[in-house]
Amino acid sequence: MEQTDTDRSERAGVPFPFRAPSTPTVFERSRSGRTGTAVPGPDVPTRELEEEIPARHRRDRPPRLPEMPEHEVVRHYTEISLKNHHVDRALYPLGSCTMKYNPKVNEATARAPGFAGLHPLTPHDAAQGALRLMHELGEMLKEIAGMDAVTLQPPAGAQGETTGVYLMRCYHRDRGDTDRSKVLIPDSAHGTNPATVARAGFDVVELESNEEGRLDVGALRDALDDRVAGLMLTNPNTLGVFEKDVQQICDLVHEAGGLTYMDGANLNAMMGVTRPGDMGYDMVHFNLHKTFSTPHGGGGPGAGPVAVKESLARFLPVPVVVREGDEYRFDWDRPDSLGRVHGFFGNFGVMVRAYTYIRMLGREGIRETAEAAVLNNAYLSERLRDEFPLPYGRGMHESVYTGDRLKEETGVRTLDVAKRLLDFGFHAPTVYFPLVVSEALMTEPTETETREELDEYAEAMNAIAAEAREEPERVKSAPHSTPVRRLDEGRAGRELDVRWTFDDDQRGA
Amino acid sequence: MSFVPHSEADRREMLRSIGVGDVDDLFDDIPAELRIDGELDLPSALSEWEAYRETGRLADENESLTSFAGAGIYDHHVPSAVDHLIRRSEFYTAYTPYQAEVSQGTLQAIYEFQTMVCELTGMEVANASLYDGPTAAGEAALMARSVTRRDGVVAAGSLHPHYRKVIETYLAGMGDELDTVPAAEGGTVDPARVADAVDEDTACVVLQYPNFFGLLEEVEEVAEAVHDAGALLVVAADPVALALLRSPGDAGADVVVAEGQPFGNPQSFGGPVVGLFASLEDHIRDMPGRIAATTEDEDGRRGYVLTLQTREQQIRRERATSNICTNQGLNALAATIYLSLVGRDGLRQVAETSFQNAHYARDRLEETDGVRLLHPDAPVVREFAVATDEASGSILERAAGEGLLAGVSLSRFPGLEAPDGLLLAFTEKRTRAEIDRLVDVIAG
Repeated sequence: MEQTDTDRSERAGVPFPFRAPSTPTVFERSRSGRTGTAVPGPDVPTRELEEEIPARHRRDRPPRLPEMPEHEVVRHYTEISLKNHHVDRALYPLGSCTMKYNPKVNEATARAPGFAGLHPLTPHDAAQGALRLMHELGEMLKEIAGMDAVTLQPPAGAQGETTGVYLMRCYHRDRGDTDRSKVLIPDSAHGTNPATVARAGFDVVELESNEEGRLDVGALRDALDDRVAGLMLTNPNTLGVFEKDVQQICDLVHEAGGLTYMDGANLNAMMGVTRPGDMGYDMVHFNLHKTFSTPHGGGGPGAGPVAVKESLARFLPVPVVVREGDEYRFDWDRPDSLGRVHGFFGNFGVMVRAYTYIRMLGREGIRETAEAAVLNNAYLSERLRDEFPLPYGRGMHESVYTGDRLKEETGVRTLDVAKRLLDFGFHAPTVYFPLVVSEALMTEPTETETREELDEYAEAMNAIAAEAREEPERVKSAPHSTPVRRLDEGRAGRELDVRWTFDDDQRGA
Repeated sequence: MSFVPHSEADRREMLRSIGVGDVDDLFDDIPAELRIDGELDLPSALSEWEAYRETGRLADENESLTSFAGAGIYDHHVPSAVDHLIRRSEFYTAYTPYQAEVSQGTLQAIYEFQTMVCELTGMEVANASLYDGPTAAGEAALMARSVTRRDGVVAAGSLHPHYRKVIETYLAGMGDELDTVPAAEGGTVDPARVADAVDEDTACVVLQYPNFFGLLEEVEEVAEAVHDAGALLVVAADPVALALLRSPGDAGADVVVAEGQPFGNPQSFGGPVVGLFASLEDHIRDMPGRIAATTEDEDGRRGYVLTLQTREQQIRRERATSNICTNQGLNALAATIYLSLVGRDGLRQVAETSFQNAHYARDRLEETDGVRLLHPDAPVVREFAVATDEASGSILERAAGEGLLAGVSLSRFPGLEAPDGLLLAFTEKRTRAEIDRLVDVIAG
């Protein structure tokens, strides 16, 4: 594909020098009889496996795992890693994902042998450091949220939401109020909100946003009755817009006997500035992998602690960490608890990272972080809004632009813009979400980006808009410089191939 | 310190460019009465060294014990190359592969992971991971309900109490309860009693293999009983033991879940670990979580994408098969790399060494006064339970003084039908000398 001198994508998109068009799978690289990392044999007197394990329980054919020397494995995974965009490369502006820099010290502290090597059922007096860290992290999260009690157990935001909806059920049932079957959710909400509510056995009632992109108080009033268990409301919402009427909203829900849950995905916009507990929320979840800098890991692990008001504390998942004098232990004796949302205590290793981060930021850095996140987004918004309008205005930590006008003028869709951005060395924003904005580009730069990086991103976006007018086909056929070109998702769904097919399968063996 | 890159001059210049005088102006939408007055009650900022020192002190307050504890989390060796590779920024600072063209590394690794999970479990399809073994079992129960359009969920009495509690919690969310088939005298469930416990309302039976006590359930016979009632069999497996054991899929399971921590993930106080989830292909459209698949790009090159996303919350919202979004991607990657490194023969060696260590300990404990094997005649792989005359808590305390974690106390699981005693687990890391010390400590 020919490129012009002025095409900045030429510089950013220098192709990786891969030897083959696609990297073979690890199974294709495997050769029978090669051995990998050595595993110790037993130094105890041995016995025959066949005499101990009856034939009906024994495997007759080994799992077809790779047979490779260590160096080959290292080369394989190094090579495929080079095909990933990542935060340490360049801006990764996925809206509501808060792809901020992941401090390297977090990786060191979480790997301390005293943490990484700790078995979860170690007696509490041999695990005092871990328990103390969890307790202190919980205390700090409570203070940041303005809440009274906390559970660190949910291993991701969606599991925090699950916990929140179960808390609603426990609370109402405890009061003998068993007819509350509905949970209210605005139409701009993350998909996890309605999915969580439905799988917890409640009915989803969707509330329309008003022209400002906020929850419509009138619509809320109309929806409230004695069947409503609660409201889930992200703040700032997915448009990046602060729900100004949040106090009134919480009051109305409470008057109707319901509870209020804040999806804390966007806490980075306001931590240290304002607190969900002070707004009137009964519950909030944190995404430690967003707000508190723990790495996203190519899809996880995250952590989704939930902080609540005192009235809900006794329903939290079992166990909770308690402090008695100078000693810390788990409290398992919680008869009103909703149960368990993780096999053990949640993603402890993620907690160590978040603890490290919060301790480093300290009280000063928490607010500074939110301020810079909002500053960066405002700065970027002003550079983009001429070409990509903001139907609901500039958001706080993120803004949702529309590609509608560009599409009308040029036929270039938001999807094409997103793919073309990849040629410029950036990741794309979250696209086609929230659903209330057509051709949406939900963009969250985070506080850790420099002005220059934001400028370069804005230049790339504006260059793509210009290119859409001059040479729309080039945008529509993007990306041009990535390890693979645009992929056929339809084919993947039609001709399902979700696991490697071995030669002996093909022979019908 | 914060990780904000701006100098004071940057900040001024950016505010000027935005057209506001002060950063506070950007927060105008927040009502004044909601603004924090003063500062949060948090510790003051630390430098990197101070943070490292503070967390290091906490880490050191945990005692470093030679572990014979299992119950889902095991002290296996993690080869150096695993951590080296998952610490590549390209893997750990990326997110869910929403833009496939710049996420081929993550997507190919997921595809390889799915293949390995299928190989071990004997299943046809697998997903990109769930939070852990117990939540994977909970998801499996919910999936079985939608596949069968029935509500009943039955658990074997020999299922890990934490698995049981998570499934109970998920069902309580739907207003339902978990039924139980108690384990028979020998510590495993009797397939005939499973047959009695299932009927036309049963969606699935959840069986653990090897079970909580380390014993081998008769998966095939249970599967027949379950299938006769039109229900699904969910097996929760120890994935290391599967290197030696007939795969649950081969024995008739419809869904297999597992705690994947033993594959290249540190114990980390129980998380982050990784839930393996595999099923028959017929049920793929009801499966929870992300699934990677191959496809081609415009030039005909092989590539990978997430597929069947219409099952997922970001598309289907309240009609999604699950609410899961963030999973345990990096832990699944660690498992994939681990299984590549130890490979076919190495995994078998891990399981066999663990097996030999367990049997040596079992033989010695059988001859130890005050200790009784809970299931002396049943075959085990690498984990087994003993009843002890002395309170298990007191043994554990004495053992900790000797630098040993002498298993897991059976009395810490309320509702478990077992006398006081210890559940003991063995890995390839344990030596004869360590096992001899364990036996001595338990003997008092």
